[in-house]
Amino acid sequence: MTEHSEAEESIVGAVRSDWESVFGEVPRPALELRAVKAAYGKIQVLHGIDLVVPAGRVVVLLGPNGAGKSTTLKVASGQLPPSAGSLLIAGRLMNWVSPSALARVGVCTIPEGRGVFPNLTVRDNLRMATYAGASMRDVEATTYERFPRLGERRRQLAGTMSGGEQQMLAMARALTTDPAVLLLDELSMGLAPQIVEELYEQVAKIAALGVSILIVEQFAQTVMGVADAVGLMLSGRMVKVGRPQDLEDDLSRAYLGAEV
Amino acid sequence: MNVHDFVEFTVFGLTAGGIFFVSASGLVVTYATTGVFNFAHGAIGMMAAFLYWQLTVESGWPALLVVVLIVVVIAPLFGLLIERLLIRGLYGASLATTLVVTVGLLVGLIGIAGEIWEPQRRVVSPFFKDGGFELFGIGFFQGGGSDLFGVPVTWHRAITFFIAVAVAVGLRILLYNTRIGTTMRATVDDRDLVALNGARPAWAGAAAWALGASLAALAGILLASAFSSLDIIVITLLVVDAYAAAVVGRLRSLPMTFLGAMILGLLVNYTVGYLPFAFADDRLPRYLQALPSAIPAIMLFVVLLLLPQARLRGSRLISASKVKVASLRSSLLGGVLLVAAALLVVQFASTDNLFELGKGLGLALVVLSLLPLTGYAGQVSLGQLAFAGVGAWAMVEFGDTSPWLGLLMAVAITAAVGAIVSLPALRLDGLYLALMTLAFAVFMEVLIFRLESILGPDSNLVPRLDLPGLNMDSQGTYFVFMAVVYALLAIGILAMRRAAFGRRLIAMRDSPAACATLGMSTNRTKLLVFTMSAAIAGLGGAVYWGFQGTVTAVEFTMVASLVVLLLAVIGGVSTASGALLGGLFFAIVTIISQEIPELDWLPAIAPAVVGISLARNPDGAVAEIAARLRDQFLGRRTKADGDGEHDPLTDLDATLPLGADLTPVQIEALDRELAIEEVSVGSR
Repeated sequence: MTEHSEAEESIVGAVRSDWESVFGEVPRPALELRAVKAAYGKIQVLHGIDLVVPAGRVVVLLGPNGAGKSTTLKVASGQLPPSAGSLLIAGRLMNWVSPSALARVGVCTIPEGRGVFPNLTVRDNLRMATYAGASMRDVEATTYERFPRLGERRRQLAGTMSGGEQQMLAMARALTTDPAVLLLDELSMGLAPQIVEELYEQVAKIAALGVSILIVEQFAQTVMGVADAVGLMLSGRMVKVGRPQDLEDDLSRAYLGAEV
Repeated sequence: MNVHDFVEFTVFGLTAGGIFFVSASGLVVTYATTGVFNFAHGAIGMMAAFLYWQLTVESGWPALLVVVLIVVVIAPLFGLLIERLLIRGLYGASLATTLVVTVGLLVGLIGIAGEIWEPQRRVVSPFFKDGGFELFGIGFFQGGGSDLFGVPVTWHRAITFFIAVAVAVGLRILLYNTRIGTTMRATVDDRDLVALNGARPAWAGAAAWALGASLAALAGILLASAFSSLDIIVITLLVVDAYAAAVVGRLRSLPMTFLGAMILGLLVNYTVGYLPFAFADDRLPRYLQALPSAIPAIMLFVVLLLLPQARLRGSRLISASKVKVASLRSSLLGGVLLVAAALLVVQFASTDNLFELGKGLGLALVVLSLLPLTGYAGQVSLGQLAFAGVGAWAMVEFGDTSPWLGLLMAVAITAAVGAIVSLPALRLDGLYLALMTLAFAVFMEVLIFRLESILGPDSNLVPRLDLPGLNMDSQGTYFVFMAVVYALLAIGILAMRRAAFGRRLIAMRDSPAACATLGMSTNRTKLLVFTMSAAIAGLGGAVYWGFQGTVTAVEFTMVASLVVLLLAVIGGVSTASGALLGGLFFAIVTIISQEIPELDWLPAIAPAVVGISLARNPDGAVAEIAARLRDQFLGRRTKADGDGEHDPLTDLDATLPLGADLTPVQIEALDRELAIEEVSVGSR
């Protein structure tokens, strides 16, 4: 019975101090959500989320289907304005700022499973990346150097490439536009484990440059290696926050439907 | 056949093809970028042609200056205005909604043009007809043009063709070699991702509409000199003809659109050129003389037949319709109320007003035919009045023997015609069905109804149904009879909606793909509902024109068919009472315009304006007002729209005050570091 009431209490969720117990004091994180609630129409999906991504750190959000991870990312990228609470980037209030303005400011978002324009060529896709400020020449040079295969296929329609190549093209935007904050949604979805590993090697390289990264994943294994901190989400709440090694037990229980 | 004639017709054909392409390319650019098919494209071209006449002929300005002014300044600004006011809110809206907005714009522009430019003879001369000009001592466009196999190619024709080629090349470069062009194409693929890249998807849409309007205007001006006198409808229709060319490119491919435009131009001109010979030696019946003007409609029909099956779409609707389906009891009650109201109207209305109200009630019968088609199945027809015309004609033709036979034939023939019209578009997206019905409306208007053997140039007597014990010749009695017909039809349609077929219609509207996986044939369901809708329109036509007593061919114009759709939306397209409200709306507007002469423009413009403003809520005026009231009294709706460009400064109250611990110096440093300008909160 006491166990049960403890579980009830934890539903209130992790708060900012939980993140500070991982990172120490963070006066102005690169990205922060404070008590964010969000809804699609009348259906509330997030019930008060606290999230901190300090400058140059990698935070991973894990949780089963429908936990609200992708919605959290949508709030962070400006696609879904919070119905309550605040979105802060570098300590500045960014609720209601449009996703395109955020992108130009330096928030690079790679959405779930569709980071590219399928009916545009590789080159046209890269041209779209120049809105974030880099010149076309730099974008092309960096991309083809990092992913020679994209250079060979520059005239090919992005939609006709393999899933892995499409994600490389999407990652190229993150690599070439020099973002301050990078938001990645389900990078591994539908890809072979080997390709996922390759992609996360690229993520690690980007992290090493000092970019602050928020990653949403459903499957934990590969991503744990790059994470500085992990937040576990369930039914629209952040139920647990900690270092990767501290959360492994909670994870398996959460995915199997037990109380955390 | 001789070479001279052939070359001449070919030159004419290529010129016409050039104009078709300029027009069609504008359609393709707007549709491919914003997903909204601009039915008002032709009307924009028409307005430009008239403005060109106004400024060159009336005000005497130099032609070149006027062309630049209209094509580069006025038309793009107009396009921007339309996009900002009408189109921007439509992304992701249902087909019916987007159609109603641009159709309303088409009707409204035609109405406005009719008010500004009263009918009179207006002639526009071709470019450089009287020789060209000199610049730095070099003569440009001197003489009348050049010769090709003895056929004079006027400068106007040569310029038209080269403009078409230049537009083709220019669009290609714009769309594939510039960033804004890439953004326009990217917006079709994935609007959200465009925003996440840092581009503004709304700008791409605005650019596309500015460009589309500019191309429509160019086409209109190039067309203007081809006529002995400018005519609002003729020019609008000619730009509309470009639909057929655009469909060859599936509304996306510009090279295919170019090909389609050239084929269309040549086809029309070979028919124009060679038909007189065929008539001369009686190889073709004379009644086919108007055939060239029906060529685009025929071509559209054939091209739609040849297009491959569209991929079935999954569910798109997020919100469910708020309209409740009336039960048998309440539909019976509604019917009784309607008949009682009709009896009262007959008692108190003046003869003139009764006539207008009766016409409104008759029109409501035609509008009611859209309830199953648009209200339930989500398909749109732009040719309902043409079907009503077929019904009225059947009544004239067969009603002499027995009016009941006439009614039967009206239903049977319109059903058959409806099935044929919908056939080529069944496998395709709902937009193509709408295009097909528009082509049908034009085809009937220009070719069929005018035939001596159909309605001919004069008015025809329409017999009324006879019922034992009733004097149907009395306007009052027939008025009540129409109310009874409306009530019976509405009760019948509602009963069908509650039955299995009604559920199939709703299912098909919500997710064709899901229907197909359940083993339901969407093609057959679409065919059935379209046939049924046409039959109801035919029945309505037979009854309506019986009230009017006479019928003439000129009543069945394409524009009038479009007004039927607008009235349906005004009243509410998904309720059985909506059609009645729509018809009543038209009657009242007509009565007002008759009472107050200064408001005589009202019937031409009011349906368009009200239709456009209600388009976002196709459940109609009553539903809209009810929803507004509900929101007013029961709290505001929550808005979760991520694409809006909100000003962070104005929304500060709603969120936590922040930045208190930052000194101004720190804020500035941060702003510099993150390059925050337009989004900063603190320093202003």
